[in-house]
Amino acid sequence: MRAAIVVFPGSNRDADVARALTQAGAEVVKVWHADTELPAGTDLAVLPGGFSYGDYLRCGAIAGRAAAMDAVRAHAARGGLVLGICNGFQILCESGLLPGVLMRNIDRRFICHRQMLRVERADTRFTTAYAKDQVIDVCVAHGEGNYFADAQTIARLEGEGRVAFRCCDASGALTVDANRNGSLNSIAGIYSEKLNVLGMMPHPENFVEDLVGGTDGRGLFTSLAA
Amino acid sequence: MKARIIVTLKTGVLDPQGKAIEAALSSFGLSGIDGVRQGKVFDIELAGDDRATAEATLKAACEKLLANTVVENYAIEIA
Repeated sequence: MRAAIVVFPGSNRDADVARALTQAGAEVVKVWHADTELPAGTDLAVLPGGFSYGDYLRCGAIAGRAAAMDAVRAHAARGGLVLGICNGFQILCESGLLPGVLMRNIDRRFICHRQMLRVERADTRFTTAYAKDQVIDVCVAHGEGNYFADAQTIARLEGEGRVAFRCCDASGALTVDANRNGSLNSIAGIYSEKLNVLGMMPHPENFVEDLVGGTDGRGLFTSLAA
Repeated sequence: MKARIIVTLKTGVLDPQGKAIEAALSSFGLSGIDGVRQGKVFDIELAGDDRATAEATLKAACEKLLANTVVENYAIEIA
């Protein structure tokens, strides 16, 4: 597994996701946002968390139009894997690789806490190390993670099994309290039509070591590196 | 030539910032405000003076970057 992490001005979680991927056995290279190509043999393009371009205009709006994103779009069109975490998810929505948009959290606050997620399916390239409906303990840290799309888009995502993760409580129940950013249908992550692009607000790369509180995030990276 | 682009949230899209501003206004005791929606204004300087060209350029700017048409509308005013 060869992973290319695209670094934008203001990305700040690239080192963490690189570490999680390396730990899982992937080979990691970094790509600058102005690069027009991904390295040869790239299996996975990663858009890390952070605050690209200072969140100017809209979160992910300017990064979504960066030169490297043309290469990521071409990679995705060839069936290549793409993972966007947090700001990376916002960039994927702004770039048109995923539908919908991440709006300001419903209570207007930046949220930063542990978050239980329900794994909606375990048969994609991102989730084979998990079980369907498994509840995993990861982290969220964002001000704009409130997933919104029109009713038709939501119905299509649900109908096609394209919701990857939902915010839930420890028992896996989808409660209002567990969905603190206010996302429609408690959506925390979605797939593209061909299931090769995943965008998610929570940070699995935060929880890959017992030392820092948990290892439930590891499964995503071991699934990818398998 | 000067132009102004106004970007607003579409009807039905939740605007937590607008709600907070509305609540702040009512906390000042200002009455008669039924709702606030926050938007963005871009003042743009244009080269040349052909209105049709300017309009096409500005429309492309809105579609490509300035507005996210999933949740936002835009209006173009050319002075």
